Amino acid sequence: MYPNIKKILTISLLTLGLANLLTGQPMAAEITSKLGIEARLFPKSPAYEGQEHHDGSAMAEVEMYHGFDSGSSITITPFARVDYADSERTHFDLREFNYLHVADSFEITAGISKVFWGSTEIHLVDIINQTDMVESLKGEDKLGQPMVRTSWSRDWGTVDTFILPYFRERTGPGTDGRLRLPLPVDYGEAEYESSAEQYHIDLALRYAHTLGDVDFGIYHFAGTSREPIYRLNLSNPNAPEFTPYYELIQQTGVDFSYVAGRWLWKGEALYRIDSLYGDFAAAVAGFEYTLVGILESDVDLGLIAEFSRDGRDKRLVPLYQKDIMTGLRFAFNNAASTDLLCGLAYDIDHYSQIYSLEFNHRLGEDWKITITSWLFSHIGDADPAQTLSEDDMIRIELFYYF
Amino acid sequence: MRFILVQILIAAVTISSVFAQTAEEKGLAIAVEADQRDIGFIDSTANMRMVLRNRHGQESERKIRVRTLEQEDDGDKSLSIFDTPRDVKGTAFLTYTHKSGDDDQWLYLPALKRVKRISSRNKSGSFMGSEFSYEDIASQEVEKYTYKFIKEERFAGLDCYVAESYPVDQKNSGYTRMVSWRDKAEYRLWKVEYYDRKKSHLKTLLFTEYGQYLEKYWRAGTLKMVNHQNGKSTDLFFAEYAFQTGLKDKDFNKNSLKRAK
Repeated sequence: MYPNIKKILTISLLTLGLANLLTGQPMAAEITSKLGIEARLFPKSPAYEGQEHHDGSAMAEVEMYHGFDSGSSITITPFARVDYADSERTHFDLREFNYLHVADSFEITAGISKVFWGSTEIHLVDIINQTDMVESLKGEDKLGQPMVRTSWSRDWGTVDTFILPYFRERTGPGTDGRLRLPLPVDYGEAEYESSAEQYHIDLALRYAHTLGDVDFGIYHFAGTSREPIYRLNLSNPNAPEFTPYYELIQQTGVDFSYVAGRWLWKGEALYRIDSLYGDFAAAVAGFEYTLVGILESDVDLGLIAEFSRDGRDKRLVPLYQKDIMTGLRFAFNNAASTDLLCGLAYDIDHYSQIYSLEFNHRLGEDWKITITSWLFSHIGDADPAQTLSEDDMIRIELFYYF
Repeated sequence: MRFILVQILIAAVTISSVFAQTAEEKGLAIAVEADQRDIGFIDSTANMRMVLRNRHGQESERKIRVRTLEQEDDGDKSLSIFDTPRDVKGTAFLTYTHKSGDDDQWLYLPALKRVKRISSRNKSGSFMGSEFSYEDIASQEVEKYTYKFIKEERFAGLDCYVAESYPVDQKNSGYTRMVSWRDKAEYRLWKVEYYDRKKSHLKTLLFTEYGQYLEKYWRAGTLKMVNHQNGKSTDLFFAEYAFQTGLKDKDFNKNSLKRAK
């Protein structure tokens, strides 16, 4: 879909020029750029041949924004990463390329955009955008999704409709990359249940509202599942590999948060009609309790606990199938906006433990350092996370904003 | 409701002023009069520059745009949008202040395009690493405090009322009391002293460079907060104040929070 960067930039400039002509307003785009370098260290010996102990990469994200007096706007956000060890991590994406039109209680977004749904730390119901899995295991990095979205806000809530005319395939590490599946994945040969393949038109409808201390949303999605099923391909018996398969699903999801003083209760649940592997339900529920100014300091401590249950066949769910996730979130409330999130996910069926750590700290006005670590401990042999058991990771990122 | 309440309060104040007024009644009367004088601004927008200074004098800066919408029968609605530091650019807070009970508050995280409900019980917590806490930044509703008039005093070259206020929500406030100086002519705040839970002097806030807008509403151009216990300070500089800009309730919902740039 994205043949080369030069073409994209040409289109971007032409769009700005066109908007300029149409509106008769000077198009002075507000440009915000983020550049980053990254080192990833894997202390344990690799499980698969070709994998390395360390990896380096660089990324850039540039947001070009122009707002009109009416409140409408154009946003173009190209993103690129170049990776030293894993060619699949070298990738380009248009995170955003859209026109947002704002009318009285109505807005419409046309183009490539990003939408988030959900309330918990473990993301379950979020479905509009595909996950950019080579970026992070956490699943919070998303690929830009082409869409026409309408949103209608009234006293009784907000109704959003989505027409999603093009499907984005999930990214993943290559054969030489760490954190990969047990067999190589043939990303270029994805298969679809729909004969229209990537051009199947997916639809979604969501209603969301706030009632006092409760925020909630309910949606229905009909279209191509964002989660691939990796099917074993033995066409070359000497080099077995996985082929991603994307089925058509119907999914209803709900999410809520309820704030009660220092308690924040959260939950997400979904029911998926899945013709291939059978219908199932899944849910995550938990809380975050905030202690303000611990030990007479300025530091706030959030205590997080979430329980997840996924009704799917165990073999199909890589993470959080039946898990308890606990976490400590420290917010230092200092000039550098330092924060630290320590987490432990415990798999009840397989007794596996995944420890995670995320640290953010601003350096001066324009720099930021982020340190992320994942430790995979006592991973059971039958746990789908087994493939990650040798991939303990320390990731250090340095960002410059201008 | 607000007007009825205010009228009752004014009636009470007027009647009681005929007779001997207690210090509590006089303290409340001053707060009500100050609040009354600010009614009818409808909405306002301003650019705020926040300068954080540590005890060694090192500075860091945040630029924030603030939009406020007056509500007839409840506390104000407000939207604060961060322009700098650049790593948090586009981060925004939406607050519905309530006269009683907890405020409603949402945080928008632009990198994830995520709106998060946050607990407003965190009143004493620092606002973005500054010496202002959430309760200092929030809309100061009359009902959130009880009052006591102390004395009259010259301050900043003006005749001032000195009054104490005590948070109603004692459990979650960072303060046991605040002492404020308001001039008798225009009821503008010039100074506030904050006393912490141990009743020791925690912070002092000074207001300067007042400007009058729409020939009625006074806003300070500069607020300087000094923390006497940790040696840090935070200055707020307001610029480009505008009133009655046509903001509506729809500009203060979760959709507008997401597109607030």
